[in-house]
Amino acid sequence: MIFHADTPSWVIAPVVLPLIAGLLCFLCNRRTFVIALAAALANFFVAFLLIYQLLVFGPMRCYIGGWAPPLGITLRTDGPALLMLLMTAVTGLAITLYARGYFSYRISDPVRVGRHQRQQRYFWPLWMLMLAGLNGLFLSGDIFNLYVTLELIGISAASLAALSGKPASQRASFRYLLISLLGSLTYLLGIVFLYRSCGVLDLEMLRNLAANGLGMRAALALLTVGLLLKTALVPLHFWLPPAHANALAPVSVILSALVVKGSFYLLFRFWFELFAPIVSMSALNFMGTLGAIAILWGAIQAMRQHRLKLMIAYSTVSQLGYLFVAFPLSRVAEGAQVWSIVIFMALTHACAKSAMFMAAGSVYLHLGHDRIKDLAGVRASLPITVFAYGIAGVSLMGLPPSGAFIAKWMLLSSSFASSQWWWALVIMAGSLLAMVYVFRVMSQFFVIPEENALKNSTPLSPLLEWPALILALISLFLGLIAPWPLRILSQGSTAFAQIFPGGLP
Amino acid sequence: MITTLLYSLTGLILFGMGLFTLIIHSHPLRKILAVNVMATGVFLILVATAYIPLGQGDIDPVPHAMVLTGIVVSVSVTALALILACRVQETSNLALLKKTKPSQATKESKA
Repeated sequence: MIFHADTPSWVIAPVVLPLIAGLLCFLCNRRTFVIALAAALANFFVAFLLIYQLLVFGPMRCYIGGWAPPLGITLRTDGPALLMLLMTAVTGLAITLYARGYFSYRISDPVRVGRHQRQQRYFWPLWMLMLAGLNGLFLSGDIFNLYVTLELIGISAASLAALSGKPASQRASFRYLLISLLGSLTYLLGIVFLYRSCGVLDLEMLRNLAANGLGMRAALALLTVGLLLKTALVPLHFWLPPAHANALAPVSVILSALVVKGSFYLLFRFWFELFAPIVSMSALNFMGTLGAIAILWGAIQAMRQHRLKLMIAYSTVSQLGYLFVAFPLSRVAEGAQVWSIVIFMALTHACAKSAMFMAAGSVYLHLGHDRIKDLAGVRASLPITVFAYGIAGVSLMGLPPSGAFIAKWMLLSSSFASSQWWWALVIMAGSLLAMVYVFRVMSQFFVIPEENALKNSTPLSPLLEWPALILALISLFLGLIAPWPLRILSQGSTAFAQIFPGGLP
Repeated sequence: MITTLLYSLTGLILFGMGLFTLIIHSHPLRKILAVNVMATGVFLILVATAYIPLGQGDIDPVPHAMVLTGIVVSVSVTALALILACRVQETSNLALLKKTKPSQATKESKA
């Protein structure tokens, strides 16, 4: 690994900047938006800077304060980590702008001004804390620090989910907090087993030590269960729809687009880097089966919902399934290709799902409800939002040229290449079902209402409409700039090349 | 060796008991306590991992650092969970009040 002298100052920036901004937002009563926006912008540029450094110098490791791994904290950059960091930075910037529009719209509403101001006051510090936790998760190179970042994310996510103050959202967020605690405790127990078998916590050292033993298997099982609880794969998804659907609109975006990706990213890294030698084909098939059930079950539930936000939340359950279907196909595809499937799927889903939840939030603000059957006439009053929703829907279905199309294409081709055609059937059925639930809402948007007068005709601010559209367009055109993420990814797969010189066995 | 094993098994049993309570009981306070018992179980295993009999070298500091961090995390999460549980209790009590006194509820909504 290359250790470059001038990198440390930049590698810690994505963790430290939002943390400082969060503290400042908490202390200052005014200008919280300016502080948060500055941190989000700085985070955005630092992500690009780190990617530039990755392309020039290769993967890096940074020991904070010069303390070496057994005791010190390690941060490392490689392709997948930086792509996830970039995903967080791009959606994070859009979320910051959208949240500004959302809160100023709600505060301008003369009803319950105090409550909305209080919500805004606590939203910014919590969101910055969440950003710091997510960035720490992607960059951390130490399995115990990952536990700390998971807890940071869990605490801020549960508090954010409780912000709306409605009884339903408070119950959902209490359950969310307990589930996330259960997940992190199981994860911590997994770390204990790992530490007992190997005696180190650093990911790099663990990778060299990983051997097939009972302790390692127990550790893998515990880590997997803990992270699956947080990722909400199907039998463990019960907490997700109420928590995501009852939160404030910007919070739903954060939870659905970013938080579940964090724990999934960890799970994927563990399965394909740390524990790659001891993962058996039947375990991979098991994860794939759960993913297939998630795709179908989530989509069917999404079709049955009566509320727009609940439908989008169930669509998240369904889309997470695709990430797991990539597991059993990994033995066929080359190492880097599995990464590219998963990363494309995650990037597209993050952008498209943010756009969709933002659109749903704007519709909710405009109409005062999100019942799907009463959405008639929205197209006339919110054309940009409806356009964003449509484009995000196209990306979720996986039509070309979206990033999901590339990911699904690679999934299909590798499932046919390995004569595991049943995965291909599930993937195609999932896309078809996605089409049904996206168009079900889309058709309502275009219905012309009978009495042509809407109660609320104040135009929404551009901050509520444009971030959604821009994110939707990014997710749609991700397929056209595909070589660029692939180039970054190939930089990070040096770690892969170390374990599997000729791709996976 | 036998000491470590004994403490580790106790920790595992505590973890299992906490998990059992967390799943079968519905009262929020019991759930929070159950999570705390689970955390204590994990910490006990960690402390047992660090144990080395007297005179056979230094105690491993890394698990101790992990336990300390874990305790800090667990205290703060418990505080958050208690606050949330209180909020849930308050709001559901309010909803209950509104249900039992429909005349008042309609007055409030009009005002």
